[in-house]
Amino acid sequence: MLSLWLNVIAGGVLIGLVYGLVALGLTIIFGVMRVVNFAHGEMVVFGIYIGYWTVRIWDVPIVLAAAIAAVVMFVFGYLLETLVVKRFVNRPHHYQFIVFIGLSLLFSGVLLMSFGPDPRPTASQLSFQTVSVGPLTLDWARIQAAATAGLLIAALGAYLKYSAFGRSLRGAANNRLGGLVVGLNIPRVYAVTFGIGTACAGVAGALISPLFDAQPYLAVDFTLLAFVTVIVGGLGSFGGALLGGLTIGVAEAIAALMFTPSMKTALPYALLIIILIFRPRGFFGAKDI
Amino acid sequence: MQRTSNQASDTKRWSAGALVFAALAVVGGMSNAYVISLLTIVLLFTFMGQSWNLMLGIGGQLSIGHALFVGIGAYAVAILNIKYGVTPWIGLLLGAVIAGFVGAVLAWLSFRFEVRGIYFALLTIAAAEFVRIMFGGWDYVGGMQGLFYQAPSGAMDLGMLRGDARFYYFVALALAAIGVAGTELISRSYWGYVWRAMRDDDEAARALGVRTFRHKVLVVSISAATAAIGGGVLGLVQGAIFPDSIMGMAISVDVLIGPVVGGLGTAFGPLVGSMAAIPLHHAMGALGDALGLPGLNSVAYGAVLILVVWFLPDGIWPSIVRLYGATQLPARGRIPQLRKVEE
Repeated sequence: MLSLWLNVIAGGVLIGLVYGLVALGLTIIFGVMRVVNFAHGEMVVFGIYIGYWTVRIWDVPIVLAAAIAAVVMFVFGYLLETLVVKRFVNRPHHYQFIVFIGLSLLFSGVLLMSFGPDPRPTASQLSFQTVSVGPLTLDWARIQAAATAGLLIAALGAYLKYSAFGRSLRGAANNRLGGLVVGLNIPRVYAVTFGIGTACAGVAGALISPLFDAQPYLAVDFTLLAFVTVIVGGLGSFGGALLGGLTIGVAEAIAALMFTPSMKTALPYALLIIILIFRPRGFFGAKDI
Repeated sequence: MQRTSNQASDTKRWSAGALVFAALAVVGGMSNAYVISLLTIVLLFTFMGQSWNLMLGIGGQLSIGHALFVGIGAYAVAILNIKYGVTPWIGLLLGAVIAGFVGAVLAWLSFRFEVRGIYFALLTIAAAEFVRIMFGGWDYVGGMQGLFYQAPSGAMDLGMLRGDARFYYFVALALAAIGVAGTELISRSYWGYVWRAMRDDDEAARALGVRTFRHKVLVVSISAATAAIGGGVLGLVQGAIFPDSIMGMAISVDVLIGPVVGGLGTAFGPLVGSMAAIPLHHAMGALGDALGLPGLNSVAYGAVLILVVWFLPDGIWPSIVRLYGATQLPARGRIPQLRKVEE
């Protein structure tokens, strides 16, 4: 019994790291640009399809698939920002929200048109391999995903903290006008930020592609999951996204064990409602928006 | 002088509105079954769009979970009618009361703790999705199998709100007319001015003595109750309701697309927007089926939303009004400019 619980919690922690990476993408975009990317889940699903196809066609290891997803999705995010999102950055929030709902409909429509509505189970062997450590038996895919996500989160944190670009990004996040005054190239910072945020989602998608069947309808769930995660931790907070991811991952795993599977799907929403009502800024909440 | 010209433009606007609805009634009398069923949906979403419009366009609160209220209305009518044989009129009333109460509680909880803007929007969608999933696992309300109305006999029965497609068309038309006229009346009533003041500047409104907290709860509650009435009729029209079809994200998008495309905060916008967007959605859906491209309608919706906010942020209707002549509609023709709330 104890080992069952340990297994479930460990599984939750592992997937929680990946949720953390998804949420990090959302929170970076929000923290710097103050836009609410409601199409974030579509980015995750793009990542899942990239993982699915690269593994299927070239039979590459999942980490390499994630790297490919990172590059592709970074470019995609960069272009999306320069071509579309840029024009709405200074619009009222509800207009931005509506634009992102539009983007989300557009992308899920494109996914449906390209791949059809049927789920595609991943064919890779990786999905079935397990590793035993003491009382724990864990999916090898999950461990790889979690380790990669954890490393990426740490690397991104260090990059934002110590690099010159990280400084300008944080400067733009703190004070856009001040950044402009000291000569920051704000449009470029925004485009790169959006690219990084999108890449986070894409990598996370590729990493979990052995665990989830690729399916366009997953997108809305991932979007809302990312929002739940981010709000649990506080919008715009780096550490909060990670903590939120772990909380949601573990809570979801426990809920699936204790209640019916439909509870597992409903739980993030219940958490979101409770947290929004009692602690609207999350644990490490950002300023008012 | 000013006064008489306003009265003249008032009369003109009301008679123009009456003319449009009279024309729609004639269309309903003549069209074939397909057009009727499509227009019924358009008019129902015009009505629900008005309720959403009241909340954002006039009250300044963004909801992306209006499907919650639509679903509550649909389930109230369906449960009472299917399980207990109660007339839908009572179901509509009860649904409106429950939805109004739920809306008021949501608004009360969140505005009390200063949950505003996008946080409130996220709260609405989280509530909608939560209730949808719960209803899917709740046997009393039919679970995922949903609830089915008895096949209509075709005989018109106003007391039980049953009849053929044309009957529902006129029900929807009446609702849409009530919605348009109601928005017009509300937006120039005391409440309308208070709500617009609170939408444009919360603090200034408070400084002038408006109890904005109360009014926010009120506007959300009224919007929720009216959305539930639309939902109740939508359920009757569709003949069956499932959590995914009546409370899903797609319903929330259908509700908001009319006012966004047509013109936020205007009385006629939701009608114009629904007339433009929903038939397009259906046409693209049919085209997509024919070509074997299932996501085409979704792409069309997405593109429409982005393009409208990009190029016509005020919506189609105000642009038509402006083309027709800016002098014809002074003051009230002005479009609300919602400001970005900076940090």
